[in-house]
Amino acid sequence: MGTVSILDGLRRKLVADSVASGRRADGRALDEVRELTVEPGVIPKAEGSARVRLGRTEVVTGVKVNPDRPFPDTGDRGTFICTAEIPPLAHPDAEAGPPSEAVIELARVVDRGIRESHMLDMSQLVIKRDVSVIGVFTDNAVIDNGGNLFDACSYASVAAILSCKMPVWEMGEDAPRLVEGQSRDPPIATVPVSVTMGRIGEHIIVDPSLEEWMCLDARLTITTNSEGNICALQKGGLDGFTPEQLNSCAETAISVGARVRPRLEAARQAR
Amino acid sequence: MGGRDTDMVLLDANGIRCDGRRIDEPRRIMIKAGVLHNANGSAYIEFGDNKIVAGVFGPRDVHPKHQSNAETGILRVRYHMQPYSVTERKRPAPSRREIEISKVIKEALLPAVMLERFPRTAVDVFVEILQADGGSRCAALDAAAVALADAGIPMRDMVSACAAGKVADTIVLDINNEEDQAGQADMPVAIMPNSGKVTLLQLDGVLTRDEYRRCIETGIAGCKIVYDIQKRALAERHFSGAGQ
Repeated sequence: MGTVSILDGLRRKLVADSVASGRRADGRALDEVRELTVEPGVIPKAEGSARVRLGRTEVVTGVKVNPDRPFPDTGDRGTFICTAEIPPLAHPDAEAGPPSEAVIELARVVDRGIRESHMLDMSQLVIKRDVSVIGVFTDNAVIDNGGNLFDACSYASVAAILSCKMPVWEMGEDAPRLVEGQSRDPPIATVPVSVTMGRIGEHIIVDPSLEEWMCLDARLTITTNSEGNICALQKGGLDGFTPEQLNSCAETAISVGARVRPRLEAARQAR
Repeated sequence: MGGRDTDMVLLDANGIRCDGRRIDEPRRIMIKAGVLHNANGSAYIEFGDNKIVAGVFGPRDVHPKHQSNAETGILRVRYHMQPYSVTERKRPAPSRREIEISKVIKEALLPAVMLERFPRTAVDVFVEILQADGGSRCAALDAAAVALADAGIPMRDMVSACAAGKVADTIVLDINNEEDQAGQADMPVAIMPNSGKVTLLQLDGVLTRDEYRRCIETGIAGCKIVYDIQKRALAERHFSGAGQ
């Protein structure tokens, strides 16, 4: 155990020194996102899908679209469920079994960013009011954990939803019936972009790598919509942010979000 | 087997199957070794419409400790399907089917892996099915074996797998999803190609004694085709594109 904590301390100092110098260990500026590739349509059996690589992080996400029963109090809206999983092949520390606290937080933050932005107009996902609606299931699998899974999973989910080809159902006598040979585009209202920032000392970095992630004092995920408004937040980590830091993080999230958004929007072309 | 009634022509008069293949022709197989950063070894396989990634960790400490063996290392395998890998969304928790497949894959690999060199440790093989088609256990096993070799785990032999089956009263190689649903028998086979030993063998369906013999022969022939592709994937990864 002793060796590990000495190494952790050394690594922490190295990361903090490079951040203080304005140039990170991997050569990035403080507000620079790692190389991002978005490959939509990689799982033809899913209605929508995307493989996203964000630096050394890789996520494969599929969207399944099925008739679903509406929640009792929202019979006029479709359902949306977003999950995330870190299968054990993603990292030596990832374990099979029930999801950890961190994985549950990951799934919920990704879900919230998409849900609260109203990316999908759920009122258009109704087959028969109060009886049958369309359920959109977005399942994220982290294949390689290179840090900042919040943004990688969010980008993969958004791209997979944008690439979606939705089947069409009509109400039969007692159950919805698939209309063969028909499909439609998903009812997209806005494109949310999640931007996760970490604080190391007085410095804020965007899109922390795994090495940096281990050294963060605190982190903040801000999701913005196409209008540049903020639609979801999640603060994490052991320490906090000053109000000034929170303001500058919001500015950063809006400007970085605007740079990333067209990269996700391109996934529409995979339909 | 399904043996389901269907209008589909599984085998036409010219001996061509529903996806255009001959009876002794496997689907398209592509293997790439070394696709993950954090695993000690890894491989990605596309086998027909299967898309599968395998990662290997170890030899490493065993947790929980009571699983460890003072005489030898242990091998653990997890075969897991992503919810979006199949037509109807699959619930994310491991099913009984996945647990059984994990076990037969482990037992197919065990004879090849020299675990006795690493007492008290574990070698973990994790397989994620990103898209499933017929024959996913064979494809998963093929990727797992390449990932083990990619990790530099000492092995006596490669392990190569391919299914054979019976479709329209004919023994065919590598049955696909439609043939699995509507065909008469599905027999996954794995061999250690140098020793020739069969390390995985299952069967769903009914075969005569003669069909049984021919089905095994056909499966083994498929395994040998896979073996060449596995070797090429490892050569491309470790001998900078030198091919064979």
